[in-house]
Amino acid sequence: MGHILVFIERRNNTFKKGSLEVLVRARQLADEKGREVHAVCVGSGCSAAAKDLGAWGAKTVHALDDGAFDRYTPQAFVKLLSRVMDETGADLTLLCSTAMGRDLAPRVAALKDLPLLTEALEIDWPEGKKIQIRKSMYGGKVFATWVTQAGPPFMATVRPGAYPFSAEPFAGAAAEVSPLSAAGEMEGAGAIGIDELKPEGGMVDLQEADIIVSGGRGLKAPENFKLTYELAEAIGGAVGASRAVVDAGWIEHRHQVGQTGVAVSPGLYIAVGISGAIQHLAGMRTSKCIVAVNKDPEAPIFKMADYGIVGDLFAVVPILTEEIRKVRSA
Amino acid sequence: MKIVVCIKQVPSSEARVQINADGTSIESGELELVVNPYDENAVEEALQIKEAKGGETIALTVGSDKAEAALRACLNQGIDKAMIVKDPSLQGGDFLGTAKILAAALKQINPDLILLGKLSIDEENSAVGPALAELLGLPHVTVASKLEWIDDTSLKVSREVEGITEILALSLPAVITANKGLNEPRYASLRGIMAAKKKPIEAIDPTGLGLDPNVVGAAGRKISILKMEPPPPRAEGKVLQGEPQETVPELVRLLREEAKVL
Repeated sequence: MGHILVFIERRNNTFKKGSLEVLVRARQLADEKGREVHAVCVGSGCSAAAKDLGAWGAKTVHALDDGAFDRYTPQAFVKLLSRVMDETGADLTLLCSTAMGRDLAPRVAALKDLPLLTEALEIDWPEGKKIQIRKSMYGGKVFATWVTQAGPPFMATVRPGAYPFSAEPFAGAAAEVSPLSAAGEMEGAGAIGIDELKPEGGMVDLQEADIIVSGGRGLKAPENFKLTYELAEAIGGAVGASRAVVDAGWIEHRHQVGQTGVAVSPGLYIAVGISGAIQHLAGMRTSKCIVAVNKDPEAPIFKMADYGIVGDLFAVVPILTEEIRKVRSA
Repeated sequence: MKIVVCIKQVPSSEARVQINADGTSIESGELELVVNPYDENAVEEALQIKEAKGGETIALTVGSDKAEAALRACLNQGIDKAMIVKDPSLQGGDFLGTAKILAAALKQINPDLILLGKLSIDEENSAVGPALAELLGLPHVTVASKLEWIDDTSLKVSREVEGITEILALSLPAVITANKGLNEPRYASLRGIMAAKKKPIEAIDPTGLGLDPNVVGAAGRKISILKMEPPPPRAEGKVLQGEPQETVPELVRLLREEAKVL
């Protein structure tokens, strides 16, 4: 009976929060089944940090201390993860559905001809054999339960934020670190990272943001996006946008929330001047708390919102920013 | 340069989706079907590469006769040729089955570059591109937002992920999946539509592809849908009306004390 293996992503020498969330959920599933959780992490210096993964539920961590793996290289990572899955005999391999997880998991599933369930909002292992997940489809217009037909082994990716936590759930536990060495995975690796650029105006990672302030056509002109930036800064959030303003060229596509943008589920979503087209609502409806500011009381966004202010955003938002600053500094 | 764009026909993002009585599929009768929006960016990129470097562009899909409308839309935009695998025995597979069918067809077509959208907006797996690359043994880059040619057989691909822009180098043949910011898809011109009338939609004969319906079709599914539900309803919210000097402090109080999100 194999263990559960979790691929742990590292960026800038830090374990990704989403990977830790998956690890904790893996431990719960493993405990139900009387199994163990293994983890795999790669990159220079990772074996020193790997024992800390015990605090998140890992029993054993397979760590590859190699600077060549500091940056994601699809083909090399595929070979490496596949090798660890084979050598350790994992029944279930889990990844966080970050950009990397989404890129890596299908390729490994194709190589090993395994069932892969993607983008889980919930994951369960209800009967002897099959894994099932609940996920959003059609941009959040439908929720579906998917089940594996073949396997084990199985694979699944879990959405960041699906299993949030606030502390180290297994504090004090240290994982056993099992060193891995590279076995030529980098040879012939086709797509290789050559550079990274940080955009002006700071990092935007809508999927991992706890608070998002999104702007829509109600802002009337691209320069008015500064209102959402100011509010986002005051409240410690990221800036999102509706499709209409992205299509109009007011802001780049990486800010777009919706079915053809990013699907988000932050703790707080503030929609400013967004009327609420079906494809936008689909992309943000899983937010825990939704606030809408719109002058039209009939706007569809109010049907989705937990709190709404009917009013002129040009009057409301600056006052809101000021009030938030007051609260934050108090 | 031979460029193949793999496309999928999906319900439009504006469509209201209804679940069938069986609870495992959606009502497709009235739905407006379109080319998956991210695939449109892949189509546009193929057209731009052809305009810059010459060559041939092919749109490829797996599906029923209905999906030919999506191929026709690609031809209208300027794609040279359309191909479809529509054998009923190969239908109904999961994403890995689809990737296997596409891989078999692509081995015959032997393109220099394979483009797809980063995700199809129906099942939302973002899985066919990387799976296809693996089955073909090719390098891939997903979520591309910019392509720059280094020389005729290698290019730099930018992708915006997690707040940074990653730039990767890769050599052809390769698989690239397109994000929306990659380009601005063109509208089909009247001239393009007229010209497209003469362009063929070629049904690929599956007998030469060496595909087993028990592996790639419905019988070969490794994953399937158990049930579908409408999204969970949200409780009715509190809407504040009045002067911002009053509504805003009240909102902030509610966010702190009731919702506890500040």
